[in-house]
Amino acid sequence: MSDPVTNDAVIRTEGLVKTYVSGTNEVHALRGIDLTIGRGELVAIMGTSGSGKSTLMNLLGCLDSPTSGSFELDGVRVDGLDKNELAAIRNQKLGFVFQGFNLLPRTSAVENVELPLLYDRSGRKRDTKALAVKALERVGLGGRLDHQPSELSGGQQQRVAIARALVTQPALVLADEPTGNLDSRTTVEVMALFQELNDEGVTIVLVTHEPEVAAYAKRVVEVRDGRIIRDHPVKDRRSAADDLRQLDERSAA
Amino acid sequence: MKTTVLVKIATQSIRKNKMRAALTMLGIIIGVAAVIVMVAVGYGARSRIRAQINNLGTNMIVITPGAAQAAGVSQGAQAFPNLSLDDVEKIRKESEIVSAVSPVIVTRTQVIGDAGNWRATINGVDTDYQVIRDWQTSSGDFFAPEDVNGLRKVAVLGKTVADQLFPGTDPVGREIQIRNVPFNVVGVLAPKGQTATGTDSDDIVLVPYTTMRAALSGRLFIPQILVSTASESEIPAAQDEVRTLLRESRRLGESDPDDFTVRNQNELAAAAEGSTKVMTLLLAAIASISLVVGGIGIMNIMLVSVTERTREIGIRLAIGARGSDVLTQFLVESIVMGVFGGLIGLALGFSGAKLLGHFTGWETVISPLVMLGSVAFSGAVGVFFGYYPARKAAALHPIEALRYE
Repeated sequence: MSDPVTNDAVIRTEGLVKTYVSGTNEVHALRGIDLTIGRGELVAIMGTSGSGKSTLMNLLGCLDSPTSGSFELDGVRVDGLDKNELAAIRNQKLGFVFQGFNLLPRTSAVENVELPLLYDRSGRKRDTKALAVKALERVGLGGRLDHQPSELSGGQQQRVAIARALVTQPALVLADEPTGNLDSRTTVEVMALFQELNDEGVTIVLVTHEPEVAAYAKRVVEVRDGRIIRDHPVKDRRSAADDLRQLDERSAA
Repeated sequence: MKTTVLVKIATQSIRKNKMRAALTMLGIIIGVAAVIVMVAVGYGARSRIRAQINNLGTNMIVITPGAAQAAGVSQGAQAFPNLSLDDVEKIRKESEIVSAVSPVIVTRTQVIGDAGNWRATINGVDTDYQVIRDWQTSSGDFFAPEDVNGLRKVAVLGKTVADQLFPGTDPVGREIQIRNVPFNVVGVLAPKGQTATGTDSDDIVLVPYTTMRAALSGRLFIPQILVSTASESEIPAAQDEVRTLLRESRRLGESDPDDFTVRNQNELAAAAEGSTKVMTLLLAAIASISLVVGGIGIMNIMLVSVTERTREIGIRLAIGARGSDVLTQFLVESIVMGVFGGLIGLALGFSGAKLLGHFTGWETVISPLVMLGSVAFSGAVGVFFGYYPARKAAALHPIEALRYE
């Protein structure tokens, strides 16, 4: 599955350009991105700060519109959609995991996870609470349903955020530096969860600047100066579950 | 997004900031409570006045000498020819609508009875007076037409006078002296209580007007003629008719203004209510200022809240909320605060008005319209002062909102 499956692509962009105008200055954040990501992939987008990876992430996440170029997400042409249509796409097809967790404070884990379902406009009648509970159980937080973010560790908070991303069964989970605020052991734990989800068929795109994190992906896309400079499969792919076991053995010894 | 969900989200976020929400609502609570109490007191005063005016009689029309106003300047009763018995006779004989007529001749003097003397108002009236004022006797009877025609020295006592001159006994059949003229007491009136101006209606002695003129004062001056109709619907026609008859009997030319005033009970009530109406309005206006100040309080907090919750807004937008969802959420939040504050204020104002009535003895009337209106108004305050902050929140760009520290 490491090869892009072009006829079943979750993401397909052609000549994606984003130019910011501030006063008389034009900042070319993206200078033409052609990227195709197939269903079931686990892709790491790498780059230093200023490389344009955050801009790419915002475009892929339908949080912003490209200046030019085309973007198809899960078979839907996204460029040119208005604000409300983009909001619906984000709600239906995307799940976000952020570096800063971005959970609502003073709101229980279940309510946080339930949130995207509340903004669903498709009119489906669903037991939103039950779905949220299921998603939390899926990430191993079945016993922390009513805890508020302040009562959870960083790793647990990120799991709640992942559950929130998963609860709508999106076509794509976008994770922006998901381990940036976590210590090394928790980083491995979270990556293990991502690999596990990916094995179950969830398509995941991670944005990171850490090569250790990218090593858990199946494919790495490197961005610099607004262009893709390298796009390759990961050769010695690490298993986070194995690394976790080794960490346990070392601390036991 | 469903409204119920929005209300749920809004109440959730209010509950998360209980203290702040309570302080924000305080302005509205005090405002609504103040409006309710003020209006209750004002309405209470008005309803008391109305009750007292209705107590005056049934379908009553009052004729007084002098125009109420001439060219915007009140001339007072003295500037015009007085009413005379000719006027009374004219109405009695020629009116087709009026069912009862009585002059009222007034004097205040000393009355002597068993238990000493008492200064009372003496009214010289006709037998119709009892019908017009719908005034029953608690003992004995009202004097009869023969008493009036025969200039007999008979009197009917008000409750207060009866109590003062004949404490503990029934004065009917006893004798009183008015200016040293003996009168035979034939009846005692049932108590009526205070008048609209606060004087005692029962501090009165009624005698036939004929007797009064002959034996007591000899004056022809009639300050009042009372008239009544059989039904309320006839009052306006009766007023017109009385006016025409009086203009004839007083020989007024086409272009001459009325030198008398004909008013019905409602007009009397309206005149008496005028001042309390102004007072009620003034009190309510002052109280409403605190409602507006409360609204500004809501706006202030909502603006702070939008800044403080920029990240939350970013999260909501990222996971698929529309700008309109965010707008509605913040708007509902301020409406809920407004309405909730209004309801608390309502409860507070309600019990406040009751307590005030209990301790001061003032009558307080809480009208459902005012209750509904003040809660609706506080909701509207929520909408008005919540809209600007809500629009500000809705206009945020998701990326910038998420990046906000």
